Amino acid sequence: MKHTISALVENRSGVLAHISTLFSARGFNIDSLAVGETDDPAVSKMTIVLDADERILEQVVKQLRKLIDVIKVQDLTGQNFIDRELVLVKINATPATRSEIMQTVDIFRAKIVDAKPRSLTVELTGDADKINGFLELVGEFGIKDIVRTGKIAMARGNK
Amino acid sequence: MKKTGAQIVIDAMLKEGVDTAFGILGGAMLPVFDVLYDAPLRFILTRHEQGAAHMADGYARATGKVGVCMATSGPGATNLVTGIATANMDSVPIVAITGQVFTTMIGNDAFQEADVTGITRPITKHNYLVKDVKELPRIMKEAFHIARTGRPGPVLIDIPKDVQIAETEYKYPKNVEMRTYKPTYSGHPQQIKRAAEAIHQAKKPIIYAGGGVIISGAAKELAELAKKANIPTATTLLGLGGFPETDRLSLGMLGMHGTRYANYAIMESDLIIAIGARFDDRVTGKLDEFAPHAKIIHIDIDPSSISKNVRVDIPIVGDVQNVLRELNKLVRKGQYAPWHKKIREWKRKFPLTYEDNGELKPQFVVEEIYKATRGEAIICTEVGQNQMWAAQFYQYTKPRTLLSSGGLGTMGYGFPAAIGAQIGCPDRIVFDIAGDGSFQMNIQELATAAINKVPVKVAILNNGYLGMVRQWQELFYKKRYSHTSLAGGPDFVKVAEAYGAVGIRVEKKGGVRPAIKKALSIKKPVVIDFHVELEENVFPMVPAGKAVNQMIGGMA
Repeated sequence: MKHTISALVENRSGVLAHISTLFSARGFNIDSLAVGETDDPAVSKMTIVLDADERILEQVVKQLRKLIDVIKVQDLTGQNFIDRELVLVKINATPATRSEIMQTVDIFRAKIVDAKPRSLTVELTGDADKINGFLELVGEFGIKDIVRTGKIAMARGNK
Repeated sequence: MKKTGAQIVIDAMLKEGVDTAFGILGGAMLPVFDVLYDAPLRFILTRHEQGAAHMADGYARATGKVGVCMATSGPGATNLVTGIATANMDSVPIVAITGQVFTTMIGNDAFQEADVTGITRPITKHNYLVKDVKELPRIMKEAFHIARTGRPGPVLIDIPKDVQIAETEYKYPKNVEMRTYKPTYSGHPQQIKRAAEAIHQAKKPIIYAGGGVIISGAAKELAELAKKANIPTATTLLGLGGFPETDRLSLGMLGMHGTRYANYAIMESDLIIAIGARFDDRVTGKLDEFAPHAKIIHIDIDPSSISKNVRVDIPIVGDVQNVLRELNKLVRKGQYAPWHKKIREWKRKFPLTYEDNGELKPQFVVEEIYKATRGEAIICTEVGQNQMWAAQFYQYTKPRTLLSSGGLGTMGYGFPAAIGAQIGCPDRIVFDIAGDGSFQMNIQELATAAINKVPVKVAILNNGYLGMVRQWQELFYKKRYSHTSLAGGPDFVKVAEAYGAVGIRVEKKGGVRPAIKKALSIKKPVVIDFHVELEENVFPMVPAGKAVNQMIGGMA
């Protein structure tokens, strides 16, 4: 089962290395990891997505908490949370397909950020379902290049 | 007051109570060693950095204080790696200080450069690369704090040479301020209550005590629990000495080469009280078949040890000593008469034994060391058969009397660890029970022992083989002894003498006692080369992949 873990960590050099070393040393496979500074520049927030059973997940969370530079770890799975991902995708575009691609872009409320004679580059944000749905449709035209940020997530509510 | 980075390193060590450090210097550590030149601190120059790391480890395990080792950049630091990994697996508090090339050179493949924080990341509790001298006082403070608190472990500080030279306004911090690191010391009262209830309801309880008992200083509390509740107690290899093996409740060591009665008891128990132990594969054997009827209480300071290998019913995160003190207030005297009767029966039928055929047996050597030292020595072991015989045939009754690489299983650990232990405990007898293979892995430290007048004793159980591997080849690989013979190895007596130590050779059973007696009377390092029976095996034994009650061998 896919789990989304949110971790607050010290924003120091070596922290990301500590976390990725932990994952590889313990044989945990991660689907994605996104990290960025918070409002406090000394602290970063990480969102980690991984596919694991309950037992492995429990170990992942405990091992993360054990790292000295990790401040807080929260498993968002099962809670009410918002998640988003940003994707940039460069799609093959010919005069014949161009308008169809633009319609698809509209349906998904995506944005064209670069247009060239033989390609269109599209920016899209959304949850995994939306992004995967979009990629499936535009896949028909041929994808020249793609980059995804990995999921970021946050619990809903006042806290 | 302004101080250089190098001065800060040494001053911080002194403020942390360090009286001894082990290591080898080199180009990238020259500034620190220049300060060390007239510092009020004993520095032991070893002959290999691995020796330094194990000495710091042996010093820490024997004394309970933080051990310190130091090495230069690149190869100096990488030579520490095995020692650091050994300490990490066995939760030993050491601080390793390494030199690094100039900050401006880092990443340029400079001479004697290695990414030491990168290399040691998975084998340290934490590590630091100091990029600014202003951070050094805080880092030194944190490093010692992290090493010795919570579940202890090694911390490495990598200090570039320019940081050692740079000056800063210096004041050593009084307190550690870390928002991220707060180990849990007190157990949850509700969980402790549940544990007591489970103990009262059990019919066949067993205590399974590990190294955490010794680290936490909880031998007294453990004995109180066992005696008050009347529960049979087995220990792991690292737990030996945490509960007196001479006690009627003791089941000795459990696991792969544990006693039959300990393994039978844990497999049949209905309640396992695991204390400062981590259900290592050498203890559980085949995991799916481990203790099928047992409810499990697990007390450990490291939450990640709980429910890692086996599902735990009553987890209690906390310091073992604190938790046991609370638990002891709640437990009542237990009866369990049929259970004790059954265990007595097993003990009678399946004692630890070996065939005494008049030849010089390694087990006999261990028994004689026990008798000669009246069980009061600090025993270090190497890894393999020597380690298991030392565990089986010496009776440990006090904490910090057995120093052994349990987790990593590092050959070459015992001798330098013995030197470290002897330096930390000058009034004790320190014996390294060694194999001829392991001893050769750090034999160069004979120089360190002899020159520093460290009177450690080494008992080589010399069988001319990498014995434990040969045993596996005999039992599971049709006696195809692929590259396990060490025949033609050195004359250990001459080697000892060449280094300025004393060498004694023993080839007959009758020579064992006089040789040990003589060794103990000499105030120098002594190597006794016991030519033991070549193909003696360690029994009983749980074959790999079997349940722990499916033991072979070692029947009277």
